[in-house]
Amino acid sequence: MIPLSWYLMLAAGLFSVGLFGVLARKNAVAILMGVELMLNAVNVNLVAFWRYRTPEVIAGQAFAIIVFAVAAAEVAVGLALIISIYRRRNTVVADEIDMLKL
Amino acid sequence: MTALQVVFLIIAVVTLGAALMVVTTRNLVHAALWLVVTLFGVAVLYVLLDAGFLAVAQVIIYIGAIAILFIFAVMLTRRVASDNIPQTNNNWGWAALVAVVFLGGLAWVLRPWQGFSTQASELSSRADPLRELGQALVSPNAYVIPFEVASVLLLAALIGAIMVAWERK
Repeated sequence: MIPLSWYLMLAAGLFSVGLFGVLARKNAVAILMGVELMLNAVNVNLVAFWRYRTPEVIAGQAFAIIVFAVAAAEVAVGLALIISIYRRRNTVVADEIDMLKL
Repeated sequence: MTALQVVFLIIAVVTLGAALMVVTTRNLVHAALWLVVTLFGVAVLYVLLDAGFLAVAQVIIYIGAIAILFIFAVMLTRRVASDNIPQTNNNWGWAALVAVVFLGGLAWVLRPWQGFSTQASELSSRADPLRELGQALVSPNAYVIPFEVASVLLLAALIGAIMVAWERK
């Protein structure tokens, strides 16, 4: 059987890869992809803890469903913002979106 | 090593490899396609964890909606994001360092925890997680309020996305 640690380490690895993507990528769309990877890692953890620690309480899966909904909302609004910025500034590079700077 | 462990290791390697391709490949359409591979690997993990409904939801919501949305966003903003320039900023070395330190820190924190190598207990044959999940999401004693708030959040995100992306003449 698979011990819980394998799932936790896989989720930690997936989260770290997503973190690297968020910090290192130039393109705003790619940054959002990194965020998606991190959300997926969290979801794997939630479901793994549900299965290994409290399979009689359904809370872990209910949390994962809520995370799905929040991730979908986040991507829809994030990509709408990126497309709106692209129309005005003709760029999606995060460094060049500096309208709030003086 | 059991067959289940071999399956897990294969899925883990595919998922992590595809995730690395998502954050390193220069062509963003390819990155979105690698993201599909990663999300599919996570869906298989849900199956291994006896969460079949979440696996189906993962395929429908993440691969069917979110990944397609990413591909459309990449195509709509393609002109400036040419594939030939490096797609990472100057701080990518620091970012890699932070990610590796974070991974090491997580492993270091988790290592002494005694629940770390728990084995899964058998699901009792009477238990039906899908039925329980459905009842929990609409039961006033459980998660009906978070469920409704999530619906309102999705509606707000829908309207907000339309408003933000609306092209005003």
